Amino acid sequence: MTTAAQAHEAHHDHHPTGIMRWLTTTNHKDIGTMYLVFALIMFMVGGAMALAVRAELFQPGMQLMRPEFFNQLIGVHALIMIFAALMPAATGFANWLIPLQIGAPDMALPRLNNWGFWLLPPAAILLTLPFILALFGIGDGAIATGWTFYAPLSVQEGIGVDFAIFAVHLLGISSVMGSINIIVTIFNMRAPGMTMMKLPLFAWGWLITAFLLIATIPVLAGAVTMLLTDRHFGTHFFNAAGGGDPILFQHLFWFFGHPEVYILLLPVWGFIPHILSAFSRKPTYGYKAQVYSFWAIGILSLVVWAHHVFTVGMPVPALLYFMYSTMSISLPLAVLFFCWIATMWRGAMSFETPMLFATGWIILFGIGGLTGLVLADVAADAQYHHSYFVVAHFHYTLFAGGMMGMMAGTYFWLPKMTGRMYSEKLGKLHFWLTAIAFNLTFMPQFFLGLAGMPRRIPDYALQFAEFNMISSIGAFILGLSQLIFVYNIVSCIRGQGEKAADKPWEGAEGLEWTLSSPPPYHSFTVQPVVK
Amino acid sequence: MATEASHYYVPNPSLYPFILSVGLLLMAAGFIFNINHYAVGLWMLLLGFLCVLYVLFGWFGSIIDESESGKYKAWEDRSFRIGMIVFISSEVAFFAAFFGALFYMRNISVPELASFDPNFTMYKDFLGTWPTAGPGGMVLGMEYKPPQFTPMAAWGIPALNTLILLSSGATVTWAHWGLLKDNRRQLVIGLFLTIALGILFLGLQAYEYHHAYTEMGLTLGTGAYGATFFMLTGFHGFHVTLGTIMLIVILLRSMKGHFRPDHHFAFEGVAWYWHFVDVVWLLLFVLVYWL
Repeated sequence: MTTAAQAHEAHHDHHPTGIMRWLTTTNHKDIGTMYLVFALIMFMVGGAMALAVRAELFQPGMQLMRPEFFNQLIGVHALIMIFAALMPAATGFANWLIPLQIGAPDMALPRLNNWGFWLLPPAAILLTLPFILALFGIGDGAIATGWTFYAPLSVQEGIGVDFAIFAVHLLGISSVMGSINIIVTIFNMRAPGMTMMKLPLFAWGWLITAFLLIATIPVLAGAVTMLLTDRHFGTHFFNAAGGGDPILFQHLFWFFGHPEVYILLLPVWGFIPHILSAFSRKPTYGYKAQVYSFWAIGILSLVVWAHHVFTVGMPVPALLYFMYSTMSISLPLAVLFFCWIATMWRGAMSFETPMLFATGWIILFGIGGLTGLVLADVAADAQYHHSYFVVAHFHYTLFAGGMMGMMAGTYFWLPKMTGRMYSEKLGKLHFWLTAIAFNLTFMPQFFLGLAGMPRRIPDYALQFAEFNMISSIGAFILGLSQLIFVYNIVSCIRGQGEKAADKPWEGAEGLEWTLSSPPPYHSFTVQPVVK
Repeated sequence: MATEASHYYVPNPSLYPFILSVGLLLMAAGFIFNINHYAVGLWMLLLGFLCVLYVLFGWFGSIIDESESGKYKAWEDRSFRIGMIVFISSEVAFFAAFFGALFYMRNISVPELASFDPNFTMYKDFLGTWPTAGPGGMVLGMEYKPPQFTPMAAWGIPALNTLILLSSGATVTWAHWGLLKDNRRQLVIGLFLTIALGILFLGLQAYEYHHAYTEMGLTLGTGAYGATFFMLTGFHGFHVTLGTIMLIVILLRSMKGHFRPDHHFAFEGVAWYWHFVDVVWLLLFVLVYWL
């Protein structure tokens, strides 16, 4: 790919300064930065909640907190990590990178873009406010149902559920607005010659993500609206007395909830190939196969939701259908794994921090995927359901598969975004501590689950004590080592460290590397022509 | 920083998105406090609503100014078009959730409640026929006895409403033809008729709701039938209300001389929305009222 020269005229950089710059901005990089910073802050907040949970679980018996508060922590931890850390991080990268990668002047709908971000802090306030209100005697704390809002518990519980319902509404509006913007940008803002089948895989991953968000987020909004009317306005959607069914809520929730997993993962699958190809100094293997696999996984993810509720008492044909359709997702996913490995095959590989994260990610996410196959088996699931096996499984997919993917992307594009190189030594330390501590935390949980320890319980039987202790120690190492990550990012933003070249990675490909590091305020004032 | 150099129009920094978010936060928190009986809620709700109103006028006002001063060319226009299509798709998904609940209750949960072994069931006399208010039982710690009610018949007001909405789809298209021919009179009359039909529809819906609550014993709390009936038709009515407000804005703009035969996305976006609302009604009529 070659590009025309980009004219960058300094007098177009006018924007308000100080706080007003961020409140009013219509610039895709400013908005992307806000998303990423917000995600990082909420990652630390959600992480602190997880550490409180692991501290309570360090020993059997009740140590630190009341069980109700424990339940609130696990639910809000999940909601924050999913909606306020992983999703904003992915949207932040989309804002930063998609215009750069497709040669656009900005996102297609810049004001809408800013609204999408500014809906997130209010949502985070709504999620966490009940903790503070409880201190003043208003209500009994945050949502304590777990992140899944299952009825009838969520119908009976206190004011925390109402706050979570409206937090989900605001997050939903934000996601829909963000998705509209990304779809429009990809369809309408590509540089001349950038056909859909030349689109960088990150943009492809996000396009499918955006479609999934548009299809599923409104269903979640509908489900929690029914929950709200069941709680306060006398409807009987989730109560058998009126002809409704609590299981209806589970179906509606997981119709959103399962595609949500791919919403979190597709952006990562999008940027892993960029990283693997850059550090293997080889073009991406199987571009078309990866695009078609994205489509296949996106479509399949919409029709497999009930594997989350195998034990709820469905007819056998439904069990069989959901088992086979779920397992069939592993076919396109296996294609992706093959392409990632083939991209590295016989490459001139080097292992800078992004590559360490990307290769480590393949293995750890692979464990997450394979244990998912086990859970997709109806007969086996009867044992694993609602046990710590599930907790371990989805942390392998969402912490390793999601967060560590985000970290790989952060290290890869941080020099481009800030114009400074991060400390390679600290980056490598961060990777090894994260990878080892992560396995220390979650590998024992597979065995705890197999041995029968249920999830979402603050106390446990004595035979689970050793593995829980190991898991808690791992969790604290994992949590503290993220401070290295924060330090590395902050020092880049503050302009410490070497100046980064326009293309800091020898093997990197794509339009974003043709711009300066950091890129000019307006990316491509003249669109490049892609050949 | 409005980028004259670039071909694509990037708007100036704007505070509206932030104020809108603050307004929505106030409205959400206010609503929560209100339904949980804290007096402060109503005031927060009002304040938030004022913020949202201010932004609606300001934000759409600046979009209209930008459009009329020729800042939007074909490229920007295409963004709005794709954006509106995606937005309407998300609305389809929202209604799908409530239709899904209806299908689930009618075909799965209600028949199942009636099909348990007679020796063990709590619901001995429950037949499971649709429409139903459910078998009765405990709801939030209180005894719920399914009320007697008359289901809404399809071939009265609802059929008339179907005719009204379908006609309004025709009149809005007729107005569009007028705009394309640059026939202002046809445009304004067409829009006026569409709005009048929309308001007539809403009036009849309101009458029907009143009738249901006062004489038919049919309320939001009437079990599976009441919940799905009022939530589906209620959200549809809410969308018709929004559509009517948008059509009124378009009518006022048309009377001020806005839009050209080759530049009128706002009109088309609203017309698309109106047709979407129309299609949802057809589904409602067949699946909620008729069958």
